[in-house]
Amino acid sequence: MTSVAIIDYGMGNLHSIAKALEHVSGKQRIVVSSDREQILSAERVVFPGVGAIRDCMSELQKTGLDEVVIRAAADRPVLGVCLGMQALLDSSEENTGTDCLGLFSGKVLHFSKDMHEAGSGDRLKIPHMGWNQVLPTYQHPMWKDIPANSRFYFVHSYYTAPDNAEDVAATTPYGIEFTSVIARDNIFAVQFHPEKSQHAGLQLLSNFVGWNGES
Amino acid sequence: MGLAKRIIPCLDVDAGRVVKGVQFVDIRDAGDPVEIARRYDKEGADELTFLDITASSDQRDTMVHVVEKVAGEVFIPLTVGGGIREVADIRRMLNAGADKVGINTAAVFNPEFVKQAAARFGSQCIVVAIDAKQVSKAGELQRWEIFTHGGRKPTGIDAIEWAQRMNQYGAGEILLTSMDRDGTRDGFDLALTRAVSEAVDVPVIASGGVGNLQHLADGVIEGKADAVLAASIFHFAEYTVGQAKQRMADCGIEVRL
Repeated sequence: MTSVAIIDYGMGNLHSIAKALEHVSGKQRIVVSSDREQILSAERVVFPGVGAIRDCMSELQKTGLDEVVIRAAADRPVLGVCLGMQALLDSSEENTGTDCLGLFSGKVLHFSKDMHEAGSGDRLKIPHMGWNQVLPTYQHPMWKDIPANSRFYFVHSYYTAPDNAEDVAATTPYGIEFTSVIARDNIFAVQFHPEKSQHAGLQLLSNFVGWNGES
Repeated sequence: MGLAKRIIPCLDVDAGRVVKGVQFVDIRDAGDPVEIARRYDKEGADELTFLDITASSDQRDTMVHVVEKVAGEVFIPLTVGGGIREVADIRRMLNAGADKVGINTAAVFNPEFVKQAAARFGSQCIVVAIDAKQVSKAGELQRWEIFTHGGRKPTGIDAIEWAQRMNQYGAGEILLTSMDRDGTRDGFDLALTRAVSEAVDVPVIASGGVGNLQHLADGVIEGKADAVLAASIFHFAEYTVGQAKQRMADCGIEVRL
């Protein structure tokens, strides 16, 4: 029985996330798959992604895997990562406007090019790249054994702006306080890369493979 | 509170062995990149950079295996540079588990390659490595140019303009090495670092010349670098990455401890 399926829709390299999940999953089977049956037979689904949102959406539509994401999100634990988080919203302003999956109400926005560091006044670089703090807004089983305000590894130029405050599970300061994690019922989606975030990231993935989807 | 400045140990790998690491004292196989990577990870390195200095192409597969092994047990970002000349080289390294690739000479000879690479794989994984040397004389307005072949061949390209162009072409990050300082242990070229960092939107990694921990802090405070890279001070076990972070924190720099 496959425990975790990582959706492979041709966007970037899934080696890292598969390796990190294997590292924490014990005997549970991890598969990287583009096969809808195989994905939908998994107990848990990871929806990753890097690159540009328009390519991401067009690959999802071409492969029919957009429906698979929506079906998985209806009834089992789903972890969205990076672009896999952004694609869950209504739309993104990347590539002069791209419609997304609409599982969460809200938009994906570009960081302002005119943001400055509070103390030094230095201009903040884009992409937001490196280790930043993740500040949970409420208790959630996915945060088990992760100290509050732990640092995770980010690399992105766009961020999600959900319409509903209750969808925000964590924020991160970078010029503004942006939403770095969204969650609702059995869906948990992160802007950072848990597979590249050492102890805290591996703990999060370990929590995911043990999560029953209740929050 | 906010984004941490990164410390990035760099491993020069030749035919599968770390070449500057021969004086490592407390690990058995002194030059094994996997063991060294593991150690830096444990010490709290924020990322690792592997520079493949292998000259012959038939040895390049060795680097792929090194990256595969490291990526299977070290869960922080990995960058691989050296010998990245075409799209196939990038794909091979990313498939092996690298998160980013460093493009240096190939960008100088064919700038369009950076555009292609960023369009294909995303800017987040394209690091353009720039080797710069000061060409202005004392008393003149400071100017730096791009050099290739380990600092031996001038190209006549202005370093600041080049960095801006690479930024526009889709580089997600700039790895900036001062060829004047590389290997000297006199510290980064802070004027160069600052000039480039202020001229581009993307993060800049300072490299070349680190001889002590204060140099790393200076690179961030005076050089305005977003990350600092060093090889020999860590390889020769003079300092740990943890000590480097502590020094940066003592200087008021945000780090991941």
